[in-house]
Amino acid sequence: MTQTHQPTTTAQSRRNILLFGIMTLLLCFVGFVQSWNVTFSLLNMCLISAIMALGLNIQWGYAGLFNVGVMGFAALGGLAGVLVSQAPIPAAWAAGGAGVVGGLITGLATILAGLAVWRRTRMRGRQRHWLTGLTVLVGYTVMRMIIDPAVSAIEAIDPARAGFLGGAGMPIIFSWAVGGIFAAAVAWVVGRISLGLRSDYLAIATLGISEIIIYFLKFEDWLTRGVKNVAGLSRPVPYEVDLNKSAQFQEFASSIGMNVIDASSLVVKISYAILFTLVLLVILWLSEAALRSPWGRMMRAIRDNETAASAMGKDVTSRHLQVFVLGSAVVGIAGAMLTTLDGQFTPTSYQPLRFTFLIWVMVIIGGSGNNWGAVLGGFLIWFFWIEAEPMGLWVMDALTSGMPDGHWLRMHLMDSAAHTRLMTMGLVLLLVLRFSPRGLIPEVKR
Amino acid sequence: MTDVLNAIVLLGNFVLVPGLAYGSQLALGALGVTLIYGILRFSNLAHGETMSFGAMITILVTWLLQANGISFHPLPTALLALPFGIIGAVALCLIVDRLVYRYYRQQRSTSSIYLIVSIGVMLITGGLIRFIIGPGDRKITDGERFIIKARDFKEMTGLNEGLAIKTTQGVTVITAVSVVAFVFWFLGRTRTGKAMRAYSDNEDLALLSGINPERVVMIAWIMTGALATIAGTLYGLDKSFKPFTYMQLLLPIFAAAIVGGVGNPIGAIVGGFVVAFSELIITFAYRKVFMYLLPDEMAPEGMIQLLSTDYKFAVSFVILVIVLLVKPTGIFSGKLL
Amino acid sequence: MTYLAGEMMTGGYGGADILHECSIGVDRGEIAVVVGPNGAGKSTAMKAVFGMLGLRTGRVTLDGEDITSLKPQERVLQGMGFVPQNQNVFTTMTVEENLEMGAFIRRDDISLTMKQVYALFPVLHEKRRQPAGELSGGQRQQVAVGRALMTQPQVLMLDEPTAGVSPIVMDELFDRIIEVAKTGIAVLMVEQNARQALEIADRGFVLVQGRNAYTDSGVALLANPEVRKAFLGG
Repeated sequence: MTQTHQPTTTAQSRRNILLFGIMTLLLCFVGFVQSWNVTFSLLNMCLISAIMALGLNIQWGYAGLFNVGVMGFAALGGLAGVLVSQAPIPAAWAAGGAGVVGGLITGLATILAGLAVWRRTRMRGRQRHWLTGLTVLVGYTVMRMIIDPAVSAIEAIDPARAGFLGGAGMPIIFSWAVGGIFAAAVAWVVGRISLGLRSDYLAIATLGISEIIIYFLKFEDWLTRGVKNVAGLSRPVPYEVDLNKSAQFQEFASSIGMNVIDASSLVVKISYAILFTLVLLVILWLSEAALRSPWGRMMRAIRDNETAASAMGKDVTSRHLQVFVLGSAVVGIAGAMLTTLDGQFTPTSYQPLRFTFLIWVMVIIGGSGNNWGAVLGGFLIWFFWIEAEPMGLWVMDALTSGMPDGHWLRMHLMDSAAHTRLMTMGLVLLLVLRFSPRGLIPEVKR
Repeated sequence: MTDVLNAIVLLGNFVLVPGLAYGSQLALGALGVTLIYGILRFSNLAHGETMSFGAMITILVTWLLQANGISFHPLPTALLALPFGIIGAVALCLIVDRLVYRYYRQQRSTSSIYLIVSIGVMLITGGLIRFIIGPGDRKITDGERFIIKARDFKEMTGLNEGLAIKTTQGVTVITAVSVVAFVFWFLGRTRTGKAMRAYSDNEDLALLSGINPERVVMIAWIMTGALATIAGTLYGLDKSFKPFTYMQLLLPIFAAAIVGGVGNPIGAIVGGFVVAFSELIITFAYRKVFMYLLPDEMAPEGMIQLLSTDYKFAVSFVILVIVLLVKPTGIFSGKLL
Repeated sequence: MTYLAGEMMTGGYGGADILHECSIGVDRGEIAVVVGPNGAGKSTAMKAVFGMLGLRTGRVTLDGEDITSLKPQERVLQGMGFVPQNQNVFTTMTVEENLEMGAFIRRDDISLTMKQVYALFPVLHEKRRQPAGELSGGQRQQVAVGRALMTQPQVLMLDEPTAGVSPIVMDELFDRIIEVAKTGIAVLMVEQNARQALEIADRGFVLVQGRNAYTDSGVALLANPEVRKAFLGG
C-alpha cells in the first residue's frame, strides 16, 4: 500500500476537527433547509451507525478479522429489546413455557452430548461419525417432540396480539447491555469454530450465521412473533402524547416559540440523542483506552504480522476470539439501541446490504484502525445513505428534464433512482480503497 | 410392493429430481467461486451478483426475442439468449478486473483487501442490476413446462404417486453436465487449461516456466463469467429471477465450495450436490413415505420433517460448520485446480 | 570469456546489501558450485544471476551479452533454466504435466526432449502419470530438474538440489547432474554438501558474507588447507 509521509499530529488533529465540523455543518444545513426534526432523526441514526462502525472497527481495524455478519449481531440486539422490555404473557408461559424451556435444555444437552461422543470415543473414522450423528439425531428428535407442541400452544394464545412468550417486562434500556451479551455469546460460538482457520472462513461463517439469525427471528414466532413484528416497545424517554398533555411543557413550547407537536417530537429526539451520545462516548473512550493499552499494541502486532506474533508466543487465535466477541458485543448494543429508537422489532427489516455492507463502507471510509474514523464514517455514510435518495432523484430529474413527461426512459430512471445509492456506496468504497486506503482519519501509528 | 414403489417415486419426485437440478446450479456456481479462488486467491463475494447480472442480460435478451416472436419451443427461449448473457457477464468480469482487481494484483494485496474490494464490486453490480431491471420478481420460463407430467406418469405406471420432471430441471441437468465436462476437458487436456492448473498450484514456478499470469487471470474471469451466467440463468429458470435471492445463494455456494475443498473443481461439483441434497433431505416431510412403508396402524401423526423448509439455508451453514470443525480443507483437500 | 557470468554483483532485497562485489560464473559443459556457510548469500547470488534480485552495481552476461536488465522469464527465453530450492514442482500435476509445463514457452514438438529427460531419469517415465506431490524427495528433485531441462536450456541453475535427500539419493542426483553437464549444458549450483559437490565441480566459489573468499577449481579447493579447515571440517 502506498505509504504517504506521516502528517504531524497537530495537522492531523486540525484536519479531524475540520472533518467533524463539516459533518456538523451538514446536519445543521439539513436543520435549516428541511427541519430540525429531520436533523435529529438523522443524528440519532448517525450515532447508532457510529457505534456499529466502532464495533466492526474493533474487529477489522484492530485485528484484521473479517466479519460479514454485522446484520446478525445487530438483529440479536434487537431481539434483546423485545425480550427485555415486553411484558411477559402468563397465559403463554402457562401453555408452553415449560415445554419450551425443557426443549431448549434438551437441545443444549444434545449439543453437549454430541461433542462428548465426538471427543471421548476412541473409535476411528466412520463409526465415530455415525455415533455422533446418531446422538445428535436422537437428541434433536426428543427436543422437537418436547418443543413442538409447546410452540403451537404458545402461538395459539391470542395470536393477533400476542402469540409469543413476551419478555421480562423490564425497562428497555437494560436491553442495550443484554443485546451486547447476546451478540457476544453467538460471536463466541462462531469464533470458536472459524477462527484459527483461513481468514476467508470467518467471512463465510459470519455471512452464514447472520442469515440464520434472521431466519430464526423471522420464523420462531413463539420467541419473536416472527413476521408479525413486535410493535409498541416501551421507551427510555417520554412519549410525545404525554408531553403534549402536560401544561408545563405547553408553557415551555410557547416560551421558545414552537408549536407543541413539533416541540414534543423534537424533545423526544433530543433525549434519544443525549442517551445515544453518552453510550457512544463511553464506548469510544473504552475503545481508545483499549487501543492505547498494551493489549491494543499486541492486537496490532498480531494483525500486522501474525506469524511473527505467534512465533513470539502470542496465542493468536484466542486473542482473535477476544476481539471478535468484543466487537460483536458493541454491534449488539447498537442493534438494541436501534430497536429502542424504532419502538418496534421487525425481523424483515434486516437486510445485509444495509446492516452489514453499509457498515463496512463506514469503517473503510472513516479509516480502519482509527476509532474516530469509524465514528466519522458512521455519521458521514449514514447521512449520505439517507440523503442520497433525494439527491439521486434530483439528479435523475435534472438529467431527464429534456425528455417529455411519461417517456419510458425517464419513468424508469426516476423509478430506479433509489438504487443508485447502492452503486454510489460501492463506488465510494472502491475509490477510497484505491486512492486513500487508510481512510479519512488514518490509523495513528503508535 | 406398489407401496414401496410409491414411496420411492415420492422421494424421487420431491428429493431426487429437484436435488439434481438444484445441485447442478450450486455446482456451477461453486465452480466459479473455486476458479477465482484457485487463480486469484480470494473468496469472491461478488459472485452472486455476477450470476444475477448474467441472468439479467439473458432475461433482457429473452424479452427482446419474445417481443420479436422468436421462440425455442419446446425449450425455454432463455436458452437462446444465454450466449448474450454470457458475453455480458464476461465483459463485466473483464472490465472489473481491468479497473479494479488488476491494481491489487500488482500491489500483491492480501486476500482480506480483495474481500473488501469484492464487497465494493458487489454493491456496484447489485445496484446496477436493480437499477436496470428493478428489485422485483421475474418469471422467464416459457416453452413446454414439463418433460413428464405427474398425471401422465401415474397413468403410465398405475401408481398413486406421480413423478414430474420440469423442462427446466431437465435443461439444468443436461446443461450442467455438458458444461462441467467441458471445463474438465479444458483444465485437464488443453495447454491453456494446464497452464491455469499450474498457476493455481505454484504461482512462482508457473512464472519461471513462462506462463503469462495476466492471460491466466483473464481466462479465469471468462470462465467464471460464463459459469456464473449459466448457473444464474438456470436457477432463474427453475425458480424465478429476483436480484435479492442471488445474494442469499452466496451461502450455499460458498458452503459447496468449502465442503469440496476451495480451489478444487471436483470438490465444487461434489459440494454442490452434497449441499443441495442435504437441504432437500433434511427439509422434506417424510410423513407420506412412512404411510406407504408402514402398516396403517403405525402411520405417523406429525410431518416427520427434520427441519422446516424455512431453514433450508441453515442446512448449508450447518454443513459448513461441520466441515470447518471436522476437516477444514474440505473433502478433497483444497487449493488445486 | 565465461559463458554465464555474474560480475562484481552488489545488491540485496531492499534494505542492506547482501552481496558485495560477488562474482560467479560457469562455462558450457562445466559444473560450477557455490559453497559457503549459512547466510553467506549463496542463494542470493543465484537469484541475482537469474534476475530475481535487483543489482545496485555489477552485471550479468550470457554468452557475452549483457542480460542484467532482463526479467527472469526473459532469461528463460534466452536459454537459462532455474530449479528453485523449495516448491520446485507442481505437486498436484502429474510428472508428465510438470514436464509439459516446463516446456510451456516452446511452440515446437517437445516429445524428443521429453524422451531425453525420461532417458536421463528413467524413474520419471515409470511414474509419469502420478502427481508429482506423491513422489519421494529425490524423485521430486528429478522432476524439478527435468522440468527445467524441458526448455532445452544452455545453462541450468540449481539451488541446493540435494537439500533434504538421503546420501544415496544425493550421489545419484550428482551422477545425473554430471550427465547433464556432459551434454554441453553449463551447470551452476549452490550446495550445502560442500565436499561432495566440490568433488564433481570444475569450478568452485566459496562465499563468505556475500563476498568471494576463494575461487578455484573444485579439486584445488578441496586440496586447499585453509578452505578445508574453515569450510570442510578439516
